[in-house]
Amino acid sequence: MGKYNSIQCFCEFCKNNTQNKKDIRKEEVNLLKRTLENIESQFETFQVLNEEGEIVNEELMPELSDDELKELMTRMVYTRILDQRSIALNRQGRLGFYAPTAGQEASQLGTQFALEKEDFILPAYRDVPQLIWHGLPLYQAFLFSRGHYHGNQMPEGVNALSPQIIIGAQYTQAAGVAMGMKKRGKKSVAITYTGDGGTSQGDFYEGINFAGAYKAPAIFVVQNNRFAISVPVEKQTAAQTLAQKAVAAGIEGIQVDGMDVLAVYAATKDARERAVNGEGPTLIETLTYRYGPHTMAGDDPTRYRTEDLDSEWEKKDPIVRFRKFLENKGLWSEEQENEVIEKAKEEIKAAIKKADGQPKQKVSELIENMYEVLPAHLEEQLEEYKAKESK
Amino acid sequence: MAQMTMIQAITDALRTELKNDENVLVFGEDVGQNGGVFRATEGLQQEFGEDRVFDTPLAESGIAGIAVGLATQGFRPVPEIQFFGFIYEAMDAVNGQMARLRYRTGNTMNAPITIRSPFGGGVHTPELHADSLEGLIAQQPGMKVVIPSNPYDAKGLLISSIRDNDPVVYLEHMKLYRSFREEVPEEAYTIELGKANVKREGTDVTLVAYGAMVQASMKAAEELEKEGIQAEVIDLRTVMPLDIETIIKSVEKTNRVVVVQEAQRQAGMAAQIVTEIQERAILHLEAPVLRVAAPDTVYAFTQAEEVWLPNYNDIIEKVNKVINF
Ligand SMILES: Cc1ncc(C[n+]2csc(CCOP(=O)(O)OP(=O)(O)O)c2C)c(N)n1
Ligand SMILES: [Mg+2]
Repeated sequence: MGKYNSIQCFCEFCKNNTQNKKDIRKEEVNLLKRTLENIESQFETFQVLNEEGEIVNEELMPELSDDELKELMTRMVYTRILDQRSIALNRQGRLGFYAPTAGQEASQLGTQFALEKEDFILPAYRDVPQLIWHGLPLYQAFLFSRGHYHGNQMPEGVNALSPQIIIGAQYTQAAGVAMGMKKRGKKSVAITYTGDGGTSQGDFYEGINFAGAYKAPAIFVVQNNRFAISVPVEKQTAAQTLAQKAVAAGIEGIQVDGMDVLAVYAATKDARERAVNGEGPTLIETLTYRYGPHTMAGDDPTRYRTEDLDSEWEKKDPIVRFRKFLENKGLWSEEQENEVIEKAKEEIKAAIKKADGQPKQKVSELIENMYEVLPAHLEEQLEEYKAKESK
Repeated sequence: MAQMTMIQAITDALRTELKNDENVLVFGEDVGQNGGVFRATEGLQQEFGEDRVFDTPLAESGIAGIAVGLATQGFRPVPEIQFFGFIYEAMDAVNGQMARLRYRTGNTMNAPITIRSPFGGGVHTPELHADSLEGLIAQQPGMKVVIPSNPYDAKGLLISSIRDNDPVVYLEHMKLYRSFREEVPEEAYTIELGKANVKREGTDVTLVAYGAMVQASMKAAEELEKEGIQAEVIDLRTVMPLDIETIIKSVEKTNRVVVVQEAQRQAGMAAQIVTEIQERAILHLEAPVLRVAAPDTVYAFTQAEEVWLPNYNDIIEKVNKVINF
């Protein structure tokens, strides 16, 4: 075959044709580049409130009553205090696994605030605040942290799974929850959370793709806090935004200022409306930052982040910004904030006390929680552990 | 000789092999600048550059998959799975693909890959961090599974694993990382894979263990000695392939055996070991071979962890049963 490869035809037609081909290819390269640029340039960061607490996007300002605005602020302040107390309690050895939340309040609470009670949350390990505001009692959140299964038992009417530890697993499950809601004709949504790192998992792509394929009422939130433990988002992917990953799945995607609670709320509200109207899922990327360490289990952010970057993000603080906005409207004062802080501290204290009073969990209970009907070998082990425990 | 913890010995082995063979690549989540969440790869990126020691995107199946691909290009990948519970994410890439590369290419390709991963209970981790999943890998023909119990073995076994031309899962018990130091030679040395170590000689009963259960068995043996029972303790070091010869030799001497594993009782390594013993040495046995294992639940929630995990008292109890049979 080899020698025939080099035979070339020099007729006018072939000559032109090769020429054409070359041009097209060149054109294609440009085209590909332009496609990517087009996609990426379309993902501008959506903002309502700037860092000074001024409205920069009047027409997209969500319709929220004064009371609702104050409630949003209350929740953010409360959650900041909860974070501070949780860190302190962890250091005293009175809490277990804990992933700090400060900095991410707008992303976490702005999305949750747009939900209805019947909506179903599939959180990751850092998303305990959303669960709390969806109805999980505080003492149970503490029990989750301490590694007690009662922390994972959602009370009647709290539609959620307990925080997922495996990065990405919740994304495919959320697609399933949303499909189920659709099959049942419910007017509700499934909302799930992951981080910038989580968008690298296969489950992330599978989840958004399935939901898209079935037009399932799901909201996929990516809290892009710029780091997956120590790995910066630039090392996760060549994509300029994480929101653009929606494009390949054929679903809506939006990048939001994750330090702006009004923008986060508005984007989620909109996604929810479209979802329940049968218009399919949305991917929401919130640009945010975690001030603290990854978890309280020995992470040292100074090994991978600069102080400059920390302070750059602290200037965008969601609470400071929203406080300015509310103060300008005459809706918020220092006294009001102090009341929230005091209330938070008291409720945290009471919840810890209640968690302390929870009976210690036994291996026999773990065995009982394995199957609906225990197989013989587990019955045997159950007896064995019960005997040990009664000693 | 330097005194090292197990994690230091592991870092030392990685450094030794990165120096020794330019095809060795170390990668995984947070292993670069951060030096790994346990600092197992501390300083290695600075020393060998980002080309050889690098962070990956957060995706275990991707990590194990690129290891297979890199192997076909002549590299010797040493990926880290941050906690072994996350191996489920990579199960196809490991048991489905890596294990079969040599076989399915008719012995024309191979996967000289060493997956390092922390596992093991008692350090209060959240779900799917502490599980003992060695049995899942050991069940897959084509894979080897190595589990060191001390700093000296950790270094020699890791070097052997990296130099091995077949895929190895090398499991690092978190509780052992910093629990004690011992002398570890500075130079490179290897410990043959598939060879157990008789840690303690005895005549009355054989304790077969690996990982953190070696310490528990040694402690049990000390206690038993006070009662006049001489226990022999075998540290398997490699659970696949198993060193049957060393186990049987011991059984022929002591005639009584207790097999100890941290994993749940159902299926698992201990069941395999017991089977091998009864097939090969039943006439030497004076009592049934008993197992010490965790109960058959999903790994315990933190608050029940201490009770759930097997300990030296459980071992003593079973030894007394085989002695008094
Ligand atoms: C499957 C899996 N792989 C790895 C981990 C370990 N891990 C826990 S959190 C984390 C980083 C996650 O980063 P990101 O998705 O950005 O979320 P963030 O923690 O920043 O909120 C890693 C690697 C895990 N829990 N699950
Ligand atoms: Mg992150």
